[in-house]
Amino acid sequence: MITRPSALQKTDTSAPPLLEAAGICKFYAGREILHDVSLAIRPREIVTIVGPNGAGKTTLLSCLLGLTRPDRGEVTRAEGVRIGYVPQHFRPHSSMPLNVRSFLELYGMRDDNRTEALAVQLDVDAVMDRPLTALSGGELRRVLLLRALLKSPQLLVLDEPTQGVDVAGQGEFYRLLKSLAESQNLAVLMVSHDLHVVMASTQRVICLNRHICCEGAPERVGADPQFKALFGEELAKQLALYHHHHSHAHGIHEPAMEHHHHEGCNHG
Amino acid sequence: MKGATMDEFVLRALLGALTLAALLGPLGSFVVWRHMAYLGDSIAHAALLGVAFSLIFTAVPMTLAILAVAIGVAFVLHRFGRDARFHADTLLGILAHGTLALGVLLVALSRQRVDVNAYLFGDILAIGWGDVALLAMLAIVVGGLIRLSWKPLLMVTLHPGIAHVEGINVKRTQLLLLLMLAAVIAVAIQLVGVLLITALLIIPAATARYVATTPGRMALLASLIGMGSGALGLFGSLAVDAPSGPTMVVVSCFIFVVVGAITQLRRPIEQRDE
Repeated sequence: MITRPSALQKTDTSAPPLLEAAGICKFYAGREILHDVSLAIRPREIVTIVGPNGAGKTTLLSCLLGLTRPDRGEVTRAEGVRIGYVPQHFRPHSSMPLNVRSFLELYGMRDDNRTEALAVQLDVDAVMDRPLTALSGGELRRVLLLRALLKSPQLLVLDEPTQGVDVAGQGEFYRLLKSLAESQNLAVLMVSHDLHVVMASTQRVICLNRHICCEGAPERVGADPQFKALFGEELAKQLALYHHHHSHAHGIHEPAMEHHHHEGCNHG
Repeated sequence: MKGATMDEFVLRALLGALTLAALLGPLGSFVVWRHMAYLGDSIAHAALLGVAFSLIFTAVPMTLAILAVAIGVAFVLHRFGRDARFHADTLLGILAHGTLALGVLLVALSRQRVDVNAYLFGDILAIGWGDVALLAMLAIVVGGLIRLSWKPLLMVTLHPGIAHVEGINVKRTQLLLLLMLAAVIAVAIQLVGVLLITALLIIPAATARYVATTPGRMALLASLIGMGSGALGLFGSLAVDAPSGPTMVVVSCFIFVVVGAITQLRRPIEQRDE
């Protein structure tokens, strides 16, 4: 088991970023999907990208992972950085006979203690001999997470990791993710819709609506007027956790919070 | 003396059928996994254009002309095969039937005394030692390539995005599969014809799916099933004096139905065990 005494996860802000995007723009069918997006993921930090439908979240991940080439701007990876990727959609077709074990072996799973401990921690050790197509949504998610962890990545990238998982499962999944991040020294970058659950387990929120509207600690972003405009007062309140509420007017100038203004940006 | 020549052309046909079936096993499995059946059809139908070209420009050897057209079509499909306005099968249908019709038209206009049926349904008994040697070479090259790039091919089939992040060159791997498919189809056409080649790709692979438990075993089993039905079909067609290509396909279908029926009958018992 990986029950190393877990020191509280600390982001090393002085360390060079694992992954960095500088001024990314992406056009699609003549429309600008991403406008001047810059961000950096440092070792061991947990970053969540939130934003309404069509905000360009998945496109941004695609650019960061090199699946799509940005039309402007640049993505830089730290030398030799290992990235584990859990995509939003993965539904293997049953025309290919493939059980969980062969699937994982295809991506380099070895029969060692680390893998075994991870399988137990992710609660997938019992489904190893089941066909991939016979897994429940939650089981498949955890198998995909184990797959992404096989090569001991420094950065885990997840696109809507709990889609198709019920609310109880979501909470569990994020708790699991957080403890994994600590035990495996992982940085985590994810896109998510499950705002209230995510906020409990993330250190930094990036609010995207084709450009970065605001970013910072969850409670500060929740107090941001732009965030409220995008997600509604109620949800923002849940994030703001009330005791930060009175200070939100100053939030803009606090160092933990960055605020981005763009001309022609409409948050209607 | 007559008996000796009989034996030789049967031997050539048998060697051709076995080599081809062995090759079609793994390729057919990928066709089944990636639902590329219609794509295989399109390449095969377009190959009739190659036949027409070599009839018109007699200096070009037919095998070369077919190969050139098949690979050309594979490149076109790789580069331009997607248009968000249509489902893939719409574009492939236009390509497949358009090129088939154009091929038949051009063969007719070439005013050569040729039987189009020979290209639509193939004539495995007419192949020479040169064709057998070409098939053997193809088997070594394509078989080796599949073995070497087996994992990337599977990863790209399962999820291109994950494959890319794992360091696989997705575009190149997809193109490799398409080119291997085009080359094998081009050579296979003279044996079984443009209309039946897809059947020999997908039926043994589909049959193998009923029994196999891993992708590798499915590919291997597809080869063995294909080789079995190829040999059975060949000798069966000789026994009843019928065309070989259709007989081989009928035998494949029969095996598919029988294996499928047995699998279906056994399934309830297995499920009770779980």
